[in-house]
Amino acid sequence: MTEPTAVEAVTASFARMEAVRAGADGLNCVLWSDRERALAQARAVDARAERAPLAGYPVAVKDNIATLDLPTTCGSRILEGYVSPYEATVVSRLRAAGSVVLCKTNCDEFAMGSSNENSAYGPVRNPLDPCRVPGGSSGGSAAAVAAGIARIALGSETGGSVRQPAAFCGVVGVKPTYGRVSRFGLVAFASSLDQVGVLGRTVDDAALGMEVIAGRDPYDSTSADCPVPRYREGAIRSMRGLTIGRPAEYFPASLDPRVTALCDRALDAFRALGAQVRDISLPHTDLAIPVYYIVAPAEASSNLARFDGVRYGLRVMGDDGLRAMYERTRSRGFGPEVTRRVLLGTYVLSAGYYDAYYKKAQEVRACITDDFRRAFASGVDVIFTPTTPSPAFELGAKSDPYEMYLNDIFTCTANLSGVPGISLPIGHVDHLPIGGQLLARHFDEAGMFAAAYALERALGEDARR
Amino acid sequence: MTGLRDAPAHVTARYEMVVGLEVHVQLRTKTKAFCSCDATYGAPPNVNTCPVCLALPGALPALNREAVHLAMRAAHALGCTVNPVSVFARKNYFYPDLPKGYQISQYDRPLALAGRLEIGDGDAARTVGITRVHMEEDAGKSIHDRYPGATAIDLNRAGVPLIEIVSEPDMRSSADAVAYLTALKQILEYIDVSDVNMEEGSLRVDANVSARPHGATALGTKTEVKNMNSFSGVQRALEAEFERQCTLLERGERVHQQTMLWDGSRNEVRPARSKEASHDYRYFPEPDLPPLVLDPQWIDAVRRELPELPRARRERFAREYGLAAADVGVLTSTPALADYFEAAAKAHGDAKAAANWVMGEVLAALHISNESIQHFRVAPAPLARLLDLVRDGVVSHSAAKRVFAVMAETGEPPERVAEREGLVQVRDADELTRWVDEVLAEHPAEADRFRAGEKKLLGVLVGLVMKKSKGRADPRRVNQLVSERAGG
Repeated sequence: MTEPTAVEAVTASFARMEAVRAGADGLNCVLWSDRERALAQARAVDARAERAPLAGYPVAVKDNIATLDLPTTCGSRILEGYVSPYEATVVSRLRAAGSVVLCKTNCDEFAMGSSNENSAYGPVRNPLDPCRVPGGSSGGSAAAVAAGIARIALGSETGGSVRQPAAFCGVVGVKPTYGRVSRFGLVAFASSLDQVGVLGRTVDDAALGMEVIAGRDPYDSTSADCPVPRYREGAIRSMRGLTIGRPAEYFPASLDPRVTALCDRALDAFRALGAQVRDISLPHTDLAIPVYYIVAPAEASSNLARFDGVRYGLRVMGDDGLRAMYERTRSRGFGPEVTRRVLLGTYVLSAGYYDAYYKKAQEVRACITDDFRRAFASGVDVIFTPTTPSPAFELGAKSDPYEMYLNDIFTCTANLSGVPGISLPIGHVDHLPIGGQLLARHFDEAGMFAAAYALERALGEDARR
Repeated sequence: MTGLRDAPAHVTARYEMVVGLEVHVQLRTKTKAFCSCDATYGAPPNVNTCPVCLALPGALPALNREAVHLAMRAAHALGCTVNPVSVFARKNYFYPDLPKGYQISQYDRPLALAGRLEIGDGDAARTVGITRVHMEEDAGKSIHDRYPGATAIDLNRAGVPLIEIVSEPDMRSSADAVAYLTALKQILEYIDVSDVNMEEGSLRVDANVSARPHGATALGTKTEVKNMNSFSGVQRALEAEFERQCTLLERGERVHQQTMLWDGSRNEVRPARSKEASHDYRYFPEPDLPPLVLDPQWIDAVRRELPELPRARRERFAREYGLAAADVGVLTSTPALADYFEAAAKAHGDAKAAANWVMGEVLAALHISNESIQHFRVAPAPLARLLDLVRDGVVSHSAAKRVFAVMAETGEPPERVAEREGLVQVRDADELTRWVDEVLAEHPAEADRFRAGEKKLLGVLVGLVMKKSKGRADPRRVNQLVSERAGG
């Protein structure tokens, strides 16, 4: 079968957008798109002398990643209509490889949320069940892939925002090692946790996307100068002799037994491939959510200070000078969840509270990182866990912020420690997909992808649809 | 506040002033601290900006290595220990000329610690401790008086690299503070890291000042004085604040720790609004920049590449050229002037003559034309050749001054100017004799009185000869000749 041309792929994607009603009157996963411009770019790709590796892979890009031609609003009123005059490094790399940006995808405002209900532009619906959430914050990107609009989408992670929606939508989502992918052009939520991630229909699509976007970028001082292996070569790697860690903390007695059963089946598949499964402990896991909800809001409170109505985005004047303008702009521009986190973050960094909250949280964070270091040092190659404790829930089902925060319970440890993680479908509960998560050593995405390829193949089509 | 000013001298005499200074210095890099925008002063507003220094969504900082280099150079010149690992931190506050809503600075792990600066001369010489030197970025500029009812923002300066140099509270008078600033400015000029121009804002000073009774060892409550834009402004602001504090203490009242703003036009300090003074900056480590890890070999190399510093140069000038302390002070005031003098002195050979010329004619010419020595049209070598001509009697001292004036104007070599302007001294006996005879003939009355013994007329006659020669005659020979020819 010949690969489609860029024009064919883009044309098909826009047709699919219409067919599934991707806009505000339907799934609401696509916020901004420009068919003619996308087609013009596709023609330019097809006119290249050599076939571009991603010519057949137009991408959907989360709305918190800067693109030249389409708005970048972060799902927020405060950036309504804002178009970036520069492009994120990850987007430039995709374009250079022949990919065309199809659309900007809906997301929780400034990537703060786990259900995509926090977007100023309305919630996204799960393509598998429109009464349910797609997960968040990269819910629009996960939905776009699940609905067949794009084979690859860019998302971003701070606490699980790629893996959790991937799990809820039955697709593959990758969060690379902190520093593996440039953050230049990713609108910062929590700088020490943020990474751009890739969503794809298959492990192979995700691996292909990662190969293109990974690698050192001089514009991001936290990006690592570390060679990028060919992740797709992991497709043929044997699992024989590999040790898979099963951390007790991720399989609590309270976990839905049907989720446990799917995980056991996945671990059995690894055993069948010649891997060994070992019970391990990551003892500080229960502290991850509290630590995350100190560190992330603290950094967010500072990162979001630039949205002040002075240079770009929304400005609401008051009749009482500068301070009133700041207060009105930010009060109207930010939604309730963003406001909550900015206030929380401002509080934990305040004089007299810094040591008790932020400093202590960083110390505990180091313990969480050390948990992983010990596990991998003890000979574990890859850790397997469920991505989330339960499948996608109904819109409006979780109104308590803390209950919502618990969605990230199995994912935010990878962000706090910086290790790479991938979520892939491992089966269904109540006809809804459940994701299994593989975590690996820092910068060992290659090992992580190899295990994901093996598991995907072993579980077969059934696990996916 | 007027009631608290002008404390009588007998009140202030009972107290001692204690001062520590925080000095911000713009580093002279080509590009900004965290992006590649042009960092030079004077461009039209907001031209030197990019997504990074405008704080557009998604932009990230990337550290300018040259800024680190210059900061390290300054730290070494101030005798500080440069830390192999320092950490950038965010200082959070809202202000329209601060695009990110935070300033990238350093907080609990600064670039360098524990240095010292020698201030004053001779008996007044003393050492002021340097607490720390840290790196940070500048904010933009708010212009309040340009558009009625609006504030204009110029972000050209946003992100320009700065160092903050914090002193110990080791100064005891406003004169000490000025001596510290003078020495600091000089050392920074010597190591060529900054324009150190207070008017253009490349050097800014905040002062912490307190008063305590003489003999007390504990420090009094300090206030921070800001908004001075000249060294004399610093001096006057410190005096005014000290008097205010002394008056309060004398009345048995307390000094409140607060920020005071200097108003130079009214010659007074007044408290900043409490909002401006009560920031909680919520410092935390900058997550967008890894810790600044410096290779110890680089730290060492930067220390070794330091040029001769002012103190060493003063000592060497006194020793090598036998110059008086006051002259050394003038000649070493800037590295460019010292280099100029030294080049002229070496080329000419007589350092004292060179020193006199540089301190006299050269500085006067620069003063009149308001030029810097770097752009002065008379280079050291032609100046030295002019001094050679004087020493060799080719031009008189007074003619040399005229030659120099032309050189400063046109940049021509001294030989050509002296020749063209006819300023080469005439020592030809026939010509001199002719001029003398003519003068004696034209002024018979004076000549007669001179012959009759009125010797004081010698000067008048010599002067007339000099005038006739348009200054070219060798005055010593004319002296002899007038006596010979008139005496007959």
